[in-house]
Amino acid sequence: MTVRTSLPETPVETAAKKRTLPPLLRHALAALAAFAVVVVLTLVTDEFTNLRIATIGYYLIAVAGLTLLTGLTGQVSLGHGAFMFIGAYTVALLVRRVPSFPLWADLLLASAAGGLAGLLAGAAAARLRGPYLAGATLALAVGLPALTRRFQDFLGGSNGLSFTVHSRPSGIAVPELRWQTWIVWLSVLIALVLVVNVVRGKLGRHFRAVRDDEVAASLSGIAVGRTKILAFLISAVCGGLAGGLQAFLLGTAAPGSFTPALSLSLLAAVVLGGLGSLWGALWGAVALVYFQAWSEDLADALHLNTDVANNLPLAVYGVILIVVVLAFPRGIQGGFQRLRKLLRRPVEKKENHENH
Amino acid sequence: MRTTRTVAGIAVLALALSACGGAGESDGGGQQAADSAVGVTKDTVTIGTHQPLTGPAAPGYSKISVGARAVYQAINDGGGINGRKIDYHVEDDGYNPTKTVEVVKKLVLQDKVFAIVGGLGTPTHSKVVDYLNSEGVPDLLVSSGALAWDNPQKSPMTFGYQVDYTREGKIQGKYIKDTFAGKKIGYFTQNDDVGRDTQAGLDQFVKDQTVVRQGYDTANTDVTPQLSALKTAGADVVVCECIPAFTALAILAAAKIGYHPQFVVSSIGADPATLSGLLQDFAKRGGASVSSAQLLNGLIGTGYLPDVAQTSDPWVAYFKGIHDKYIPNEQLTNTLFYGMVQAYTFGQALKAAGPDPTRQKIVDAMSSGALKGPGLTPFGFSKDSHSGYTGAYVFKINPDTTTTVIQPPSVTDRGTGAITPYTGERATPEQVNLLGK
Repeated sequence: MTVRTSLPETPVETAAKKRTLPPLLRHALAALAAFAVVVVLTLVTDEFTNLRIATIGYYLIAVAGLTLLTGLTGQVSLGHGAFMFIGAYTVALLVRRVPSFPLWADLLLASAAGGLAGLLAGAAAARLRGPYLAGATLALAVGLPALTRRFQDFLGGSNGLSFTVHSRPSGIAVPELRWQTWIVWLSVLIALVLVVNVVRGKLGRHFRAVRDDEVAASLSGIAVGRTKILAFLISAVCGGLAGGLQAFLLGTAAPGSFTPALSLSLLAAVVLGGLGSLWGALWGAVALVYFQAWSEDLADALHLNTDVANNLPLAVYGVILIVVVLAFPRGIQGGFQRLRKLLRRPVEKKENHENH
Repeated sequence: MRTTRTVAGIAVLALALSACGGAGESDGGGQQAADSAVGVTKDTVTIGTHQPLTGPAAPGYSKISVGARAVYQAINDGGGINGRKIDYHVEDDGYNPTKTVEVVKKLVLQDKVFAIVGGLGTPTHSKVVDYLNSEGVPDLLVSSGALAWDNPQKSPMTFGYQVDYTREGKIQGKYIKDTFAGKKIGYFTQNDDVGRDTQAGLDQFVKDQTVVRQGYDTANTDVTPQLSALKTAGADVVVCECIPAFTALAILAAAKIGYHPQFVVSSIGADPATLSGLLQDFAKRGGASVSSAQLLNGLIGTGYLPDVAQTSDPWVAYFKGIHDKYIPNEQLTNTLFYGMVQAYTFGQALKAAGPDPTRQKIVDAMSSGALKGPGLTPFGFSKDSHSGYTGAYVFKINPDTTTTVIQPPSVTDRGTGAITPYTGERATPEQVNLLGK
């Protein structure tokens, strides 16, 4: 017999463990499976498709971060591209100035830099809401890339920075792009496991409480301001990582890539995929990459005149967004959930409703 | 249970994705041998380019590929080069470097192009030079005057097209020094290599006279603050190293604040017809109507290709023939003409590469120094130089928006060498005889 024995709980816990694995382990296993799928996928597709898969990867983590912020805590950010900008330039500067750093350290620092900016932005944002917050974050997206002009010698001006990342060990004989795709998805999945854990845990409940009713949340002992800042922090870390991965993948960081249009399309992807659902972030990222590509191919195939062809991708994206939101207010993921519910209803009477 | 669902979901997604791309194909992806002939078949040669068809640089520049396409059509209708028709792929990158990297990888990996021809833009193209060279893809006639393209040691596959910005800056600088002695000069430049390289040339002549330097970023179309600063500093001459959209914006912003300096504009943004259109367009969007002829009157510019208004020029007449036949509804501007000359020059190089072109052969043809072209100054191409046109002439815009040459073509180097008048002969279309036997 030991001194501390609050034993009655233990058998129950063990029983629970037998039924389901701890969430972290479960999510890690799912991520591992997802990674295996990505690897298989990159092996059966050509190199250019690999690039698109990798692109989906970094958009996924950016959109997931924004989903956590907007969908779960109800803070609208129109400036998420700014965190990607920070991440991309962090990797660019590290690769160029401190070439001895390993890639994982560069990516970690890119996430940290994004997080730091998010902390500052969040501290300001916690005092703002609705349109004021949207405006403030938009200013971030508009203003931050202008830093490259202010510090031209350091950040390369409008030209940006270009560099080559050597990440593939010489012994491994896979094409560069395939290897890069693996790195991107591995990083993204690790980050996602952490994000999912947050969302499913106590902090996630706090996020939703703050979103639904700030007064009620603060009455039940939740520090509303701190919770909002935390949400900003986590989502900015995701944005920084996404930017860092983009820089790693494309070997470039230039202000022209981080216009307010990027921030807006990230938000559109959140809405399209399904507000508040991390699965929605995946559909949103896929849509960002593939709707664009498909409508460009369509414009090519139809031999449209250039003015029409140039604007078709945006128009198609807009139409799809409107249709999806009209048909499924909760986005693509909402559509899937409704479909699943319809299919299951006859079988399972008690479906555990969970919105994420 | 949830894990199973998660995995199943990802698997379904994976299947959906693999259906989208050309599945099952995976080439080595390593370094292509330079003697390969990727993109060349018995009767076609596939080439690609990245252009801003949308975005901040699209006004004006989106017409370059229209001109190029017309020339390729003419070549194809004339039986092609050595019996091969040219298949021209144009990808829109919106002047966004991230997009440039993507579309160039698409052209190389998916469309399997033989060469990239005329990739447009300094901030954009600089991001793909290393990639194209490591993959051994010829990167010909880059649409930019940055010095970076002329580096045969580091980038053996890359060749310039335009006169580089330093050379052009020197010619402008000397002209300004001779003509506007004692006047105050202000620079208005794009915040990238365009600005940096040009100032390296200008400063050799007019550094002492320069009172203010302002830059612009393509992401921000409000240039009133910069023009106000130029006005405040009292600059009598404003050297504008701008793409067409920003030349037009600068002229409008100056007019708005009642500032009337002598503009000196470099070739990339001094096409009168393109500028007229943009001035009208931008003014209309701002709710005003302007007389573009009046705004452009007296503007000084530099160029290296003949002006399309000079119909007596044999090359202008030749390309006007192609224009009238293939794209009569497009306005014949110098920018459109730029694309036509570029396509024609690629045609020359492809012909010089012989009946069985390979990537190495076209690089050799480019470096041979044999390309004689429509330009008023010669190309600098040789074994040791991948520099495009090596000089420029100076012109002034007349009240009716035609142009008059006010200083004949001269050539110089990118260093501190002298500027000398160019007296060499140009080949005529008949002599080049691209489509003849």
